[in-house]
Amino acid sequence: MSEEVKLLKGNEAIALAAIRYGCDGYFGYPITPQSEVLETLMEQQPWDTTGMVVLQAESEVAAINMVYAGAACGKVVFTSSSSPGVSLMQEGISYIAAAELPALIVNVQRGGPGLGTIQPSQADYFQATKGGGHGDYHLIVLAPSSVQEMVDFVGLAWDLAFKYRTPAMILADGVIGQMMEKVTLPPQRRRRTMEELIKQCPWAVTGKKGRDKNICTSLELESDKMEIINNRLQSTYRDIARHEKRYEAYNVEGADYLIVAFGSIARICRKSIDIARERGLRIGLIRPITLWPFPSEAVAQAARGTKGVLTVEINAGQMIEDVRQAINDRAMPIEHYGRLGGMVPDPEEVLDALNRLLINPTK
Amino acid sequence: MTTEIIIAGFGGQGVLSMGKILAYSGLMEDKEITWMPAYGPEQRGGTANVTVIISDDKISSPILNSYDVAIVLNQQSLDKFEPKVKPGGILIYDAYGINTPPTRTDIRLHRIEAMEATFEMGNNKAFNMVVLGAMLKVCPVVTIESVLKGLKKTLPERHHDLIPMNEAALRRGMQLID
Repeated sequence: MSEEVKLLKGNEAIALAAIRYGCDGYFGYPITPQSEVLETLMEQQPWDTTGMVVLQAESEVAAINMVYAGAACGKVVFTSSSSPGVSLMQEGISYIAAAELPALIVNVQRGGPGLGTIQPSQADYFQATKGGGHGDYHLIVLAPSSVQEMVDFVGLAWDLAFKYRTPAMILADGVIGQMMEKVTLPPQRRRRTMEELIKQCPWAVTGKKGRDKNICTSLELESDKMEIINNRLQSTYRDIARHEKRYEAYNVEGADYLIVAFGSIARICRKSIDIARERGLRIGLIRPITLWPFPSEAVAQAARGTKGVLTVEINAGQMIEDVRQAINDRAMPIEHYGRLGGMVPDPEEVLDALNRLLINPTK
Repeated sequence: MTTEIIIAGFGGQGVLSMGKILAYSGLMEDKEITWMPAYGPEQRGGTANVTVIISDDKISSPILNSYDVAIVLNQQSLDKFEPKVKPGGILIYDAYGINTPPTRTDIRLHRIEAMEATFEMGNNKAFNMVVLGAMLKVCPVVTIESVLKGLKKTLPERHHDLIPMNEAALRRGMQLID
């Protein structure tokens, strides 16, 4: 099948993109606002066409451990959930990272903490970018801001995960998951044959025939050996940070103020910037696409020469810590504007905040 | 050219699917589209609304605070969205269930009797298509041909026999506008 244009919800797009990529298996458990991922996969019945496994697990904990097992076999596997479900998966994600296995986890965030609300949120930024589970590890974290990017980042996440043998996360939110937009789906790729898999993943557990056994585990009781594993992980993270930072810049040349925002909120800020331009105010936007590794240099460079920086996030101020560290200039005003509990700001509201916090601060 | 539309009413009135049909019609004309529903528990009997943006260019924010066109189908939605229509914009409301009509003078107000029309047609399932027809008469953001093409593409083939009924509802809706 060739490229085709469709009108899809973000969640549907994730499911179709995974099938098209040649995914081997999905394991998940329903939760709003991402249930359409599992629903769409079940509707498509890819087990009849590509042979892909789609399984509703008994819980998120089971789902992530099925992903762990599939990844250990070198399979292209993923799971998806929303915030409370992703919290349940954190142990498994840490194990996958420690065992140096490629996998994709999709988090269509909703408002927390706790069961919270089903409305959109970006309050899992810390969880996604700073570890989430225990131990020293990172995920590659991609933040889509359109339904097309939901499609594109499925492939990108798996490409990176297999390249670096590390789990990757797509950190979306209820806006992107529920919104419908026009998307172009890539052509259908066939799933890898066993021979291709063994060639691409010589580390995978594929049946010990004529070679030494492969072990995928996160357990190493001897500290000196565990330190070697830790050092190898850290070296991988340095490699990723060196080569894989991604961002989008909009209107940053000669801007008076800079907004830093990711995902759906970056879209809203883009509109704020267009409205401001009509009023004679020049605002730039940096949209980090990889939240980890964070595009620090791009943020620092875009901030230079501006009168202040505003981060807009639907959380209480999480990415702002990375923005402050990136800019590393105490003389530069850096403020945060956010809504909580599933509330989403509109474009005028962002401009009001910029005015109140940076252009005409009350104190 | 960008048209920012809000459609709001009770859950079950076909608000979200009306938005979807509009979005598919835009797709048929190769426009850029976003369809952003309020997806909360309000869908179950409470108020439901959907923002549809149809544009020749890339669309930035899918979430808006003012609209070119508001289609409101109950009093709560009227109260909420009348103030959010851009000056010079369009507000279409169904007379059925509206106790306090809109009062703004800087927008174009269109009172329609779509619910009445569906009673006359003996087909209350076509309500949202009647409303859509009225909207397309006032604001021809897509052609009726594109709507029908979109329906053909999105409806499973076993439901294609419903397309003539939908077309009749659209045309009935257009007649509701003077």
